[in-house]
Amino acid sequence: MPGNGGPRRRGPGLAPGEKLSKGIIKRVIRDFISFHPVLLPVTIVCIITASVISSMPSVFQQRIIAVIERSFGSGDWAGARGEIFRYITILIVMYVVSLAATIAYNQMMATITQGTLKKMRVKLFNRMETLPIKFFDRRPVGDTMSLYTNDIDALRQMVSQSFPQMLNTSIMIVTVISIMLYYSVYMTAVVLAGVALMVVVTRLIGGGSARFFFKQQQALGKEEGYIQETISGAKVVKVFCHENECREDFEKLNDELFRVSSRANKYANTLGPVLNNMGNILYVIVGISGGVFVSAGIRNIGIGGLPFSVSLVVPFLSMTRMFCGQVGQVSNQINAIVSGLAGCERIYRVMDEEPESDDGYVHLVNVYEKDGELAETQDNTRMWAWKHPHREQGTVTYTRLCGDIVLDGVDFSYNETKQVLFDISLYAKPGQKIAFVGATGAGKTTITNLLNRFYDIEDGKIRYDGININKICKKDLRHAVGIVLQDTNLFTGTVMDNIRYGRLTATDKECIAAAKLAGADSFITHLPDGYDTVITGNASNLSQGQRQLLSIARAAVADPPVMILDEATSSIDTRTEAIVARGMDALMKGRTTFVIAHRLSTVKNSDVIIVLDHGHIIERGDHDELIAARGQYYNLYTGAFELE
Amino acid sequence: MVLRKLLRSIRQYLPSTIATPLLVLGEVILECTIPFYIAELVNRIKDGATVSEITSFGGILAVMAIGSLTFGVLAGMTCATASCGFGKNLRADLYNAVNDFSFDNIDTFSTSSLVTRMTTDVTNVQNAFMMLTRIAIRAPFMMIFAFIMAFRLGGRLAWIFVVVVPILGGTLFFVASRAMPLFRRIFKKYDRLNESVEENIVGMRVVKSFVREDYEKSKFDTAAEEVRRDFTKAEKILAWNAPVMQFCLYVVMVFVLSYGSYVTITTMGMDFDVGQISAMLTYSFMILSSLMMISMIFVMITLASESAVRIVEVLDAVPNIVSPDPETAIENVADGSIEFRNVCYSYADNPDNDVLHDISLSIGSGETVGIIGSTGSGKSSLVQLIPRLYDAKSGEVIVGGINVKEYDLAALRNSVAMVLQKNVLFEGTIEENLRWGNPDATPEEIREACRLSCADEFIESREEGYEYRIDHGGANISGGQKQRLCIARALLKKPKIIIFDDSTSAVDTRTDAIIRKGMREYIPETTKIIIAQRTASVEDADKIIVIDDGRIAAVGNHEELLNNSDIYRDIYTSQTKMTPAS
Repeated sequence: MPGNGGPRRRGPGLAPGEKLSKGIIKRVIRDFISFHPVLLPVTIVCIITASVISSMPSVFQQRIIAVIERSFGSGDWAGARGEIFRYITILIVMYVVSLAATIAYNQMMATITQGTLKKMRVKLFNRMETLPIKFFDRRPVGDTMSLYTNDIDALRQMVSQSFPQMLNTSIMIVTVISIMLYYSVYMTAVVLAGVALMVVVTRLIGGGSARFFFKQQQALGKEEGYIQETISGAKVVKVFCHENECREDFEKLNDELFRVSSRANKYANTLGPVLNNMGNILYVIVGISGGVFVSAGIRNIGIGGLPFSVSLVVPFLSMTRMFCGQVGQVSNQINAIVSGLAGCERIYRVMDEEPESDDGYVHLVNVYEKDGELAETQDNTRMWAWKHPHREQGTVTYTRLCGDIVLDGVDFSYNETKQVLFDISLYAKPGQKIAFVGATGAGKTTITNLLNRFYDIEDGKIRYDGININKICKKDLRHAVGIVLQDTNLFTGTVMDNIRYGRLTATDKECIAAAKLAGADSFITHLPDGYDTVITGNASNLSQGQRQLLSIARAAVADPPVMILDEATSSIDTRTEAIVARGMDALMKGRTTFVIAHRLSTVKNSDVIIVLDHGHIIERGDHDELIAARGQYYNLYTGAFELE
Repeated sequence: MVLRKLLRSIRQYLPSTIATPLLVLGEVILECTIPFYIAELVNRIKDGATVSEITSFGGILAVMAIGSLTFGVLAGMTCATASCGFGKNLRADLYNAVNDFSFDNIDTFSTSSLVTRMTTDVTNVQNAFMMLTRIAIRAPFMMIFAFIMAFRLGGRLAWIFVVVVPILGGTLFFVASRAMPLFRRIFKKYDRLNESVEENIVGMRVVKSFVREDYEKSKFDTAAEEVRRDFTKAEKILAWNAPVMQFCLYVVMVFVLSYGSYVTITTMGMDFDVGQISAMLTYSFMILSSLMMISMIFVMITLASESAVRIVEVLDAVPNIVSPDPETAIENVADGSIEFRNVCYSYADNPDNDVLHDISLSIGSGETVGIIGSTGSGKSSLVQLIPRLYDAKSGEVIVGGINVKEYDLAALRNSVAMVLQKNVLFEGTIEENLRWGNPDATPEEIREACRLSCADEFIESREEGYEYRIDHGGANISGGQKQRLCIARALLKKPKIIIFDDSTSAVDTRTDAIIRKGMREYIPETTKIIIAQRTASVEDADKIIVIDDGRIAAVGNHEELLNNSDIYRDIYTSQTKMTPAS
């Protein structure tokens, strides 16, 4: 059954031991390109343009400084001016192009990022809606939610920042290395050696930081769990004067959190200054080695064939700075990309889940009576029939929708190890009321899971109006079976929207009529905005009883011939309980109803009472018969056992 | 005000907190000086310095870099200690504040909001604190020093910064002031989108049984599209930051290269030189990126300030029920007699609307008293005044002959056990949970309490017995079992008064009766107060109080009330017509 569990916290990135699957990168790239087949390549071109250009200035810097060096002694500005301005003009042109490209790609990136997120979100949601109930029963709500929050957020970081930056960085590195090699192989070797060392240090510090951040995440999870528990139970803590004990326990958790989080942050905080100053040291080393090369008169080796000179050392210094700046960037972005991919992986895992299958071919159609026969029509006749094509004979038969249910020798288990229902046979004639009673885990709720095929049975048959429900298209079957659950599950929207959820084509008048039938009308009209009052999903502004009345009204609007009612166990006061009971009774009238009963009054006036025990029917009959039999029902009824 | 209150949580981490900015300052000064000397180095190389001159000069620079590294690393460490320590203290302060809260205080905040304040909000503030002690110091200092050095180094060339800094600063400010409110609005929308996803996951049975998958899909698509459109709009504004920063850098670059070469050549390197050109570019990068950093910090602080305000609200809340002065507080509750004298009570958030009106009644020590009435009639409020979970607005509540306000709070609550309606068990073994009632209880006492509450049977039927582990929120035991354990836990206190606030609703009627019988026989001197929905649970009480709309509608025993209370008779008949005549 769906469990909410305690608070759960999952940090970004991979847990130790978690691995990305092969092909994930390919799949992500394929998806992203398919989302923006034109815009994405254009953006990439812009990014490439911008980054190539932004690594070029050092070339002009070198040229200009060479000119200065030449004209320096003479102080001849007029002679140098022409050449310098020529370089500057080229530089300005390049800058303009670079700026244009930068503006373009930044604007386009905003569109792409949000477009990609939206498409991923919608894709995930659409797939989720098609998954079988089994998926939701097995998986804690928090796990699925974190796909939409944590994982999509990680994706955002990856798309909007890491991808462009990585692209930018790699292009810059390639360009800068080429320029450096053009100038001087020796100097390039010095810079690369320094950068290699920086990479090693980054990995060392980054590794320690990741390890402790993971521990911090765990410690934080524990502490938050404890806070959640003791604050929710704060009143109990007070009643038992347990404040000091809680304080001590909390202190322990808090100290542990401090221990690991301060270590994690120490690693993280030192990485910046270490890289920064290693960069400075490298800067100095490059300066010194350049100076040594120049003054010692060593012969330069470089693609450009230039001799060592100041005009060569100066641009090397700027390039060193550029290079060093990228090392820290790369390590940050790699982490973000791994987190993003891990998020995609989890999202894909859900998208790859098998959707609920449906090979039913019997459909529910509107019919009208013609010469005593049923004939199909597109009009809304409010008369329904099952349209049953028989492939072998090539004929079609119509069966009037009545609500006749038969279970014949049904076996069922949620998983292979434990069978839940054994050889269940029962029938319900149209309009009859069947109550299920039995202890928790006896299988009451399970039976109702089978009628609308939330789960498929293992053996036996279930027939609706004589048709095996496996042949009925699931959508049509579910239209024909309504449910009112204990967990009312309303949706954010107006009261009217929530009632209309039962049948989207219902008019306001029909919705109000349903609310009146359920007994909800009087409280709704007392709400600040009546039927237009906006309620939220957890409907904290409504009482439990009011929520139940709304869910009854919702089912009433749908008006199916068969209803499943799961009565609420929570203790509501006698007066509200009576109103809810009246609403339920009104809803049941004229329908085949299966009730998972918790209230004796409901059980008592049922046509058939089925007593379940560990998946077996142990008694059946109406109230008087079962009381007379003095069996399990009698014991339950007289209070010798707990009904729930 | 908010800030001063928060800063109180620094305490033992004050040295680290003060050391951090100082160390950062050292780091920044050295960092800003390095390019200045590099410029010198370059000039000397150009002027043909010898290898030994170059290396000795480089040595000084290396020492400066190592110094800056040391400062930086130390600052990083002290900053981690300071901010994590501050976070730790803040969490503890909040936790302790909530621990001292009265029920009223808890109600005004609501538990879920308290949890958010202690988790998400503290994390936000802690992160902001980390930013403040390190980067918020670093960025402005870096800007100032880079400025100074640029002027010292470049003279009039540095005036270019007077042009570009306002351009970038203006843009950053404009972008932030335009985008921030947009983002704040969108985040709310985004939260709603996620809430609707959660509604879908939780209510999937409803979605599927009404065949609303397609409807939900199109609803989600519309909402997601709206979020996408708004986010794109806001991010497009934000996307101007990077190009403008780049533009400013380019302007500086072009200016320094052109005007710089002019000055260099015309003054023959007197006012400006090749080395300076490179250094100026470094400084411009420092200045402009500090500016970016500052705008980021502002955004972060505005976000964190909302969290800070919420935290301080908790710290500022005054617990409105406190123990009296220990000197005069009474430590001993004489007996289980209770008296209400003209008691009125209203909730703290709605003081004009009395929940209890002028209640007077007296209960003798050892009596069994039933309380009955509809939801919202004030039953729970009435009994919660006895252990001073709430205080009466006017009138007196007297326990053991003395006003409850004169007792030491712990002493009073230890004598008045209460089984709450919304009861909770905590993660841990059954025994650990029971020991809340009495940490020193012997195994015999524990078994005895469980026998009285009819919990012994299901506990002993489990393999682990009293060592059975209860999950978070008591998810792995049934409602009836939970209630029985809660009763046993209260019994272990050996109280003078025990109050059951609708605590046997999930227990079957027979067990309910057995529990009541056990109480009568084994703790006859304890006063027992039972709030119930079912009249069956109070039928055999010495006295039944019928509460209606905050007033005592009737008092008497079962027979008397059947005769003279309409309300009681109505409740009784509505319930008994469902039960078979026995």
